[in-house]
Amino acid sequence: MAEWIARQLPALVVLVPFTAAPLAYLLGTGFGRQIALISALLSQPLAILLAVTVVREGELRYEVGGWGGPLGIDLVVDGFTAVMVLVTTVVGLFVTVYALGYFGNRERYRFFWPLWLFLWGSLHALFLSGDIFNLYVCLELVSMSAVALVGLTLRREALVAAMRYMLAAILGSLFYLLGVALIYGAFGSVDMQTLREVVRSDTTGQAALALMTVGLVLKTALFPLHFWLPPAHSNAPSPVSAVLSALVVKGSFYILVRLWVDVAEPMAFPGVSTVLGVLGSTAIIWGSIQAFRQQRLKMLVAYSTVAQIGYLFLLFPLVTGGGQAAADAWMGGIFHAVSHALAKSAMFLAAGTVLARFGHDRIDGLGGLSRRAPVTAMAFGLAGVTMMGLPPSGGFVAKWQMIRASIESGEWWWAAVVVTGGLLAAAYVFRVVGPFFGREVDDLDDADLNAGPSPWTMESAALVLAIGALVLGIVGQPLLDLIMVSAPALVAGVTP
Amino acid sequence: MSQTDLYTLVGSALFVIGLYALMTRPHLLHKVLALNISSSGVFFVLVGIARRVGGPVPDPLPHAMVLTGIVVTVSSTAFALALAKRIYTETGTAALDAADVDVGESLGG
Amino acid sequence: MGKVTAKSPIAVRVAALAICAGVGALLARAVLAIPETEPGLAPLVDANLAVSGVKNAVTAVLLNFRGYDTLLEIAVLVLATIGVLSLSVTQTGTWDPIAAQADPVLSALARFLAPVMILVSGYLLWAGEHAPGGAFQAGSVLGAAGVLLALSGYARPIWVSRFALRAAISVGFVVFLATAIGEMLAGGLLLEYPADLAKTLMLVVETWLTVSIGAILISLFIASASPAEELRRRSGGGE
Repeated sequence: MAEWIARQLPALVVLVPFTAAPLAYLLGTGFGRQIALISALLSQPLAILLAVTVVREGELRYEVGGWGGPLGIDLVVDGFTAVMVLVTTVVGLFVTVYALGYFGNRERYRFFWPLWLFLWGSLHALFLSGDIFNLYVCLELVSMSAVALVGLTLRREALVAAMRYMLAAILGSLFYLLGVALIYGAFGSVDMQTLREVVRSDTTGQAALALMTVGLVLKTALFPLHFWLPPAHSNAPSPVSAVLSALVVKGSFYILVRLWVDVAEPMAFPGVSTVLGVLGSTAIIWGSIQAFRQQRLKMLVAYSTVAQIGYLFLLFPLVTGGGQAAADAWMGGIFHAVSHALAKSAMFLAAGTVLARFGHDRIDGLGGLSRRAPVTAMAFGLAGVTMMGLPPSGGFVAKWQMIRASIESGEWWWAAVVVTGGLLAAAYVFRVVGPFFGREVDDLDDADLNAGPSPWTMESAALVLAIGALVLGIVGQPLLDLIMVSAPALVAGVTP
Repeated sequence: MSQTDLYTLVGSALFVIGLYALMTRPHLLHKVLALNISSSGVFFVLVGIARRVGGPVPDPLPHAMVLTGIVVTVSSTAFALALAKRIYTETGTAALDAADVDVGESLGG
Repeated sequence: MGKVTAKSPIAVRVAALAICAGVGALLARAVLAIPETEPGLAPLVDANLAVSGVKNAVTAVLLNFRGYDTLLEIAVLVLATIGVLSLSVTQTGTWDPIAAQADPVLSALARFLAPVMILVSGYLLWAGEHAPGGAFQAGSVLGAAGVLLALSGYARPIWVSRFALRAAISVGFVVFLATAIGEMLAGGLLLEYPADLAKTLMLVVETWLTVSIGAILISLFIASASPAEELRRRSGGGE
């Protein structure tokens, strides 16, 4: 049995949520909840085992159908994959627990469970896929389940936000698919491992990479293509907002990193990675300022995501030079993706508790929240510490790595952006958290609809994720080691 | 001009035409159709690539990709249409921005 | 109820034109530079066709070599259907045949065509093994037959039970998954068909996929049709 699990591990990681999804739909509401919880619990040991195996044995390769690339499709697991699967699984579990309380047994939301399980499985499939065409199918699965989840409440704003998101997501996928077509035309394969050997920097190859980059940047909502994100992430039901900001935007980012740093590295040219870095910097500054100006809590958190996505893109200019700087940038970028996932899901879940309990999320009406909902206020505050990048949080470690990378590469201006972004984050976090622990305002009446305290599971799910983001900084070394397992040649030159 | 060139150029043109319509047409139905035209363009490019070497039998891989792509497109189109329709049911218009709606005009849309 | 304007402001159109010109130029250059000597994977597919279990190269790629793509693609279909149902007013896909007027010509046509279409569907399913065809083509024809029946007022008895509808929508994906997991339990890898059973297993999967794809297409049609009916009823029109 143990041997079988070890052999089938990469497939099982994908199959568990994908088997649960149709069953949750087939068996209906009551069972849907239980199936989701079982799937979430089963995924935990599998994700941990995957990480442990990768650390012990290095890269794992699973040949679906027994053919092997380039004829068949391979599932590939390296450190980067294992980290992303692990964070998806952890955030997924707490979102599931939260959602059990949030949606309750309400028949209206019965579609949440199969859609959420499809999204979960699609994310795993995306992280494991070693084939660029298969990734197109994964991208579509992720987008469509995410869009359907955004529109779940059937409120006007949510439906319009979902539509905007859908159009952007399909267009992004088409750009990506066009790039895949050109790559197959020019190099005769869609298998990443094969492509790594054969890609050349010619007209078709560069155009393919450009098209795929535009599509993925649109799907990741990098400034100035972020227009669809704030309405979608703020109008979705809160457990969905958490998953979208924490995990879904990282899916397309993950493919972008795979392409640029790993597979299509010979086609990349430094000018474009600088452009990505500049856009990322603009996103950090502009997104933070927008976050500060919002009147509603969930809109503030959504614009904070626009800003935090910016940090991810500093990875591109910082890895191009190779050496220690590249290794530090690689670790910093991916570590940031992880710590942001934990902190941002905590923030959205906390905001959701506020919304469910008090019926509004107007920031100026939330003063004194800490007395009425201490756990939720605490969760939001702790997540804010990671957002600002204060020690000992995960955000601090990530930013520290990025600053080191920029000094090592001699491009100190990226470090300046990182520091400025931290200060701006402090401004928008304190704008909310300050009043939370201050004087109570009159607006904190429990809403008539959902009077009474929220289930403790909801409040504590947010708190556990926020503490996780904070503690990540202390126990970060094993995670940094995991990130470096079988890392791409460009960044693996120097060990941490 | 080879068969591949013809198909891939037509495909590129279709992709761009769809892209233009997506950006300039406010009506949601037009936007969904625009994306459909763009995806047909991508499929044309793939079909063209399948014939790039010549010979009696085309390369089966791009054909399989097109078939998979068509199913994905059918699915996303169905979903996008259902979404557009629901937006129309809820708001009475089929546009993303209120600015794109001529309030003065009589029934329709 | 406002009418949506037909065109965007001139500034938007000029910007869009500039973007499209740029993308178009990039694309044209790129596709003309595709080398006409790159054989792709065709030789590799040919070399393995004999052991794939089917004779048609495209079917072999779809079901065997890249069967994982197809598995995920069925997931996309089921997912989209759940999404559409979540947006429909009735949320069940059950058909209220308000529009299905008993038109004698339509109903005679449906009675004549539906059995033929089901037969054609079966043929396409079987033909997929050696010629263009397969579950998607077969399912599409089956779905079309269902839409025809729905339009002519015959569909109601099909969807008497909500569970039956859910089962029909998901059975293809579930059987596909079960086969894949079965292969893993039998000592193979995910979607690794044992050579002697490949043909049989693929036919079983394809058959259930045909049923599901047909049911999905009918549901998509019926579920998206209902909000308009609802709207018409609410505003007092129709009937």
